[in-house]
Amino acid sequence: MGVRKAITGAQAAAEAMRQINPDVVVAYPITPQTPIVEEFAKYVADGIVDTEMVPVESEHSAMSATVGAETAGARAMSATSSQGLALMWEVVAATPGLRLPIVMSLVNRALSAPINIHCDHSDVMGVTTVGWIQIFSENAQEVYENTLLAIRVAEDNRVQLPVMVNQDGFITSHAVEPVEIFDDALVQKFVGVRSLDRALLDVEHAKSVGPLVLPNYYFEFKRAQEEAMSKVFEVYHEVGTELSAITGKQYPFFEAYRIDDAEAVVVVLNSAAGTAKAAVDAMRAQGKKVGLLKPILFRPFPYAEVREALKDIPVIGVLDRSMDFGACAPVYSEFRNALWELERRPAMQSYIYGLGGRDIMTTEIEAVFEELLSGKLDPEHQRYIGLRG
Amino acid sequence: MKEVYEVRMHGRAGQGAKSGSQLLAEAAFKEGKYIQSFPEYGSERRGAPTVSYTKIADKVLKSHEPIVTPDVVMVLDFGIMRSVLVAAGLPDTGILIVNTKVCSAEIKKLAQFNGTLYGVDATGISLELLGMDTPNVPMLGALVKLTGVVKMESLEDVLRAHFLSKIGEEKVQKNISMLHRGYEEVFK
Repeated sequence: MGVRKAITGAQAAAEAMRQINPDVVVAYPITPQTPIVEEFAKYVADGIVDTEMVPVESEHSAMSATVGAETAGARAMSATSSQGLALMWEVVAATPGLRLPIVMSLVNRALSAPINIHCDHSDVMGVTTVGWIQIFSENAQEVYENTLLAIRVAEDNRVQLPVMVNQDGFITSHAVEPVEIFDDALVQKFVGVRSLDRALLDVEHAKSVGPLVLPNYYFEFKRAQEEAMSKVFEVYHEVGTELSAITGKQYPFFEAYRIDDAEAVVVVLNSAAGTAKAAVDAMRAQGKKVGLLKPILFRPFPYAEVREALKDIPVIGVLDRSMDFGACAPVYSEFRNALWELERRPAMQSYIYGLGGRDIMTTEIEAVFEELLSGKLDPEHQRYIGLRG
Repeated sequence: MKEVYEVRMHGRAGQGAKSGSQLLAEAAFKEGKYIQSFPEYGSERRGAPTVSYTKIADKVLKSHEPIVTPDVVMVLDFGIMRSVLVAAGLPDTGILIVNTKVCSAEIKKLAQFNGTLYGVDATGISLELLGMDTPNVPMLGALVKLTGVVKMESLEDVLRAHFLSKIGEEKVQKNISMLHRGYEEVFK
């Protein structure tokens, strides 16, 4: 048993970082990520952690310094949102190829323009192709546990890849909820220390990092990176089992909520999955057979497992909090891909919701379920929830 | 009986709607309840209208949606009622508490609410005891008197835990007095 605290999603991320006690944290403030590093800076100032905290002049420098520290052999972390992620993109894209197991909190916020500080997923969906492991969190409790899980998955020798732990800006990052913080000693034993096997400062075993690699080998490097990504599933499962021993919880690739006999299922990420659970409960109370699939591990994407879980569902609606302009929305695309191999493919409908922090209500998700059950679908066009006429 | 008890606080940035809603949530949390507390963020600057939410329940709160059918609405600045429909979604059986010296006809008209309107001079209490206009604490006292949603002792504990290191014992005591004055002085 841990200690229950009433804290925000941002504080939950900072609590995980406190227990991880990284060697280096580098960040630049940006709403709504700021309270994570603000809280963590207090731990540094109070001597609660041993971390070297480096304030820098931009997010590009933040990720550059995180990469430098991690290359040297340190355990380094960062946190950002939206435009901050956009500014550090060059270095973010380099990190997986450098095989650096950096863990970064991403507090999801809409990308400009127009400028907006509120939640959507346009920031993270712009970096899903560059090779970071992506984990999503429904609430502050999941933020905390996913951050602990992420460190071990990232640093496993079979993986050595960076992880982004996502939470919804404001909705999760600034909302106070009960969070169970598990015993420091148990968690610290679980997270351990980073192996120095690949440390650049290990001069006894000199090596090069980040060399120029021309057409003769670049392709092989990238193929090796894909191989590492494919190992994430087994590592995630193993590490999750270990973490279960402390938390008593399960760490699946996705959460299937009341889908066993469901006639319609909604797929949605992060905090809206909680709201969708409330909608499922309300519909079930009326005898309507509906359920939810909440993706957690989004990169790598668990195609086979998703296919198995949804193989008997006749209708599926996928809710995206970002758009891929002129193409299918990102979460919808993955689920369509995953279900292609089925002999009896379900009917599917793509929905866009919540851009720039537009609220998503239980009643709106109930209306989606009604629409899915009615069969009045239009797979050629995405629909919009809560959009003003 | 609603499964979730919902309190919405309207105010102006700087008046403590956000901390008021968090103090209430933490008091309920101390009593073993499940809670959520979150403000609606805009481009905050002192004086701009703000709204903050507290949900209290015996079961895990799954939904993260804002409150649309509150049980109680608290208004930290009655002037806000000229531009914000504070009673939106509040049933006639609900409770509306306004920071005001009098429940005048003007206030009642501004509120656009058919149920019972309660007043408490939270600004007066706060200015008298603390010399600052922080109406959120007396308002919470009024809320406890009218609803019993949390215990006064829980709010006192939470006030102490939050503020002792920041403002010292004397001012914590003043805040606790403000809480009790709000409790005693709420009127119809």
